[in-house]
Amino acid sequence: MDMSFSPQDQAFRAEVRQFLQDRLPQRLSEKVRLFQELTKAEIEEWHAILNEKGWLAGNWPRQFGGAGWTAIQRHIFEEESALAHAPRILPFGIAMLGPVLQKFGSKEQQDRFLPRILDGQDWWCQGYSEPGSGSDLASVKTTAVRDGDHYVVNGQKTWTTLGQHANWIFCLVRTDPAAKAQEGISFLLVDLRSPGITVRPIVLLDGNPEVNEVFFDDVRVPADNLVGEENKGWTYAKYLLTHERTNIAGVGFATAGLAALKRIARGQMSGGKPLSQNPLFAVQIAQVEIDLMAMATTNLRLLAQAAAGQVPGAESSMLKLKGTQIRQAINDLTRRAVGPWALAFPSEGLEGANDDLPPGPPEAAGATRAYLNNRKLSIYGGSNEIQRGIIAKSLLGL
Amino acid sequence: MDFGFTEEQTMLGDSLARTLERSTDAAALFDLGAGAALMTEDAGGFGGTGPDILMVFRTLGRAGAVTPLLDSVVLGAGILSAAGEGDLAEAAVGGEARIAVALDEPGQRYEGTVSTTAIDGRLTGEKSVVQGAEDATHLIVRATDGLYLIEGGAEGLSLRGYGLMDGGRAAEVSLKDVPARRIGDADLLDRPLAAAILALCADALGVMERAVDLTTDYLKTRKQFGRPIGSFQAIQHRMADLLTEVEQARSAVWNLAGNLDGPDRDRHVAATKSLVGRTARLVAEETIQLHGGIGMTEEYELAPMARRLLAADARFGDSDHHLERFIAVCAA
Repeated sequence: MDMSFSPQDQAFRAEVRQFLQDRLPQRLSEKVRLFQELTKAEIEEWHAILNEKGWLAGNWPRQFGGAGWTAIQRHIFEEESALAHAPRILPFGIAMLGPVLQKFGSKEQQDRFLPRILDGQDWWCQGYSEPGSGSDLASVKTTAVRDGDHYVVNGQKTWTTLGQHANWIFCLVRTDPAAKAQEGISFLLVDLRSPGITVRPIVLLDGNPEVNEVFFDDVRVPADNLVGEENKGWTYAKYLLTHERTNIAGVGFATAGLAALKRIARGQMSGGKPLSQNPLFAVQIAQVEIDLMAMATTNLRLLAQAAAGQVPGAESSMLKLKGTQIRQAINDLTRRAVGPWALAFPSEGLEGANDDLPPGPPEAAGATRAYLNNRKLSIYGGSNEIQRGIIAKSLLGL
Repeated sequence: MDFGFTEEQTMLGDSLARTLERSTDAAALFDLGAGAALMTEDAGGFGGTGPDILMVFRTLGRAGAVTPLLDSVVLGAGILSAAGEGDLAEAAVGGEARIAVALDEPGQRYEGTVSTTAIDGRLTGEKSVVQGAEDATHLIVRATDGLYLIEGGAEGLSLRGYGLMDGGRAAEVSLKDVPARRIGDADLLDRPLAAAILALCADALGVMERAVDLTTDYLKTRKQFGRPIGSFQAIQHRMADLLTEVEQARSAVWNLAGNLDGPDRDRHVAATKSLVGRTARLVAEETIQLHGGIGMTEEYELAPMARRLLAADARFGDSDHHLERFIAVCAA
């Protein structure tokens, strides 16, 4: 047993830290730290900086232009990025579609799409959920009917994160309505500029239009855009979801969030003393820190297993469960730490008002938005109830 | 990075588990070298690191064995060795001597005020819940000005023994002018007590793993409404949460094992004992509930596990005590 990182990994961490110090624009990290929404251009700017270094796709093999990092290296990069408040790398092209195309896509699809993910020409979004298909993803109803060398797509996708910025969407579509739920689904790549597509933003309770509805009305999609075989899409979707689950614990986000929480609690007063010294509040911070210490080690144990070639099972569901509980607890404490300033919320301003300058420390306004926005953590990526089902099934087999 | 055990540690765990299947007799465990495995070479052993302690006590916890290894060896011999009392430490490691360690005093809960006083080499005071005191050849006593060694049958020493919920025994100890020898300052306790807390937490982890296995089997076989009760979602989600917490406890035990001799020891002791204590109580309560009525019977094998888990929280500072310690350590 040796809980320390290898000298090579420590050197890698130092290299990542130095790179972030040199190349991460403070403009961006400050917005991330304060939980302010990044513009499309700002996200693309960070992607371009990483791509120039060859670090945009840490999870991709070198042959596809990735960094070919080990699981441990990816973890280190994600942790350091979170601690430095770097913008999050968009998962849709890099973490989700990329691995699917590399494993199941044709040579033509790989050559056509992968470089464009890296150089930022394409912004992908995910067309999985539908109004009637949330946790029960296999019930998708959006249809794709073959017509010559095209598919004709009809239906609706929803919760499409940052779809307003995207030019491509990967979709689960039903190609065989007669087959059993999982067996009639295909994986289709759709150009969002195609006639018949409407993207409508959904404003969430934090005031931000982070997600969208995407409507398909007789959209003609070249049959070349089918990934793998027709009616095998469920296999690819599941493969994608396992990749979505790497970094599911969000240790870096939690660590950065906890540090911010402690900083705020030291600066706010309670009964004439810093809030950090209030016994009730200190206990809650300590509790979450103790939980995080254990969860970070669970995460590393799984990474070490993955490095040894073992496929994680129910443990990654446990990480999702515990990781999201911890992050939501940190968001909750942070919001409560700023006291009444947490009340401030962007709204339709009166004439002459300045809602862009909320009261209190800069963290205050972000605290409520982060809390509200991160309710999603326990809902997306397989809700925490779905994760509990996975854990129980793997144990009990019932 | 490596979260596994050495070949020697794995072999020791295996042979210990096999021995425990036949007998939990202390002599057999000492013969096997379980005592020596818990001590470093310079203290007459061949192990003594965090992972060694983890391996031995997790195995003992799984087997439900009640042994003097924690009190007499990890704590007792650990303190003696740190105090330069090599001969007695070695005797404890081999099982020829039995050490009990008297730290806490009546009504003072954990790490409270110590009033036991030494005057002219004689100790006077009261000590509470001293585990293994009745069998001890020697007692280490914490007094106001440091640690003292006394002999088991010393004049002026009286014991009121009683059973404990985990199957062990303890005593309330009265000292009246007991001849004693000072062996060192109270800070000699630091490493042995941290090691003992690791041992207790690793033991609790082994018990939790057994209790979860037992419950899993029960959920698969017990039928109500014509179905295994493990097929009901209310039960499944409860069990999934429990497993997730046990996974946390496992990582917490690993954290302490990996940092027992590192610069961050105190922080990890507090974090691990707090988390494991809380989880131990949870596992006791939840596994009883998931079993239903049968889980409350003495006849069923869950009962001693549940009590042993509660005992783990109640010793060396409970989860609240160590939460407070954690805050103090982090603020320091």
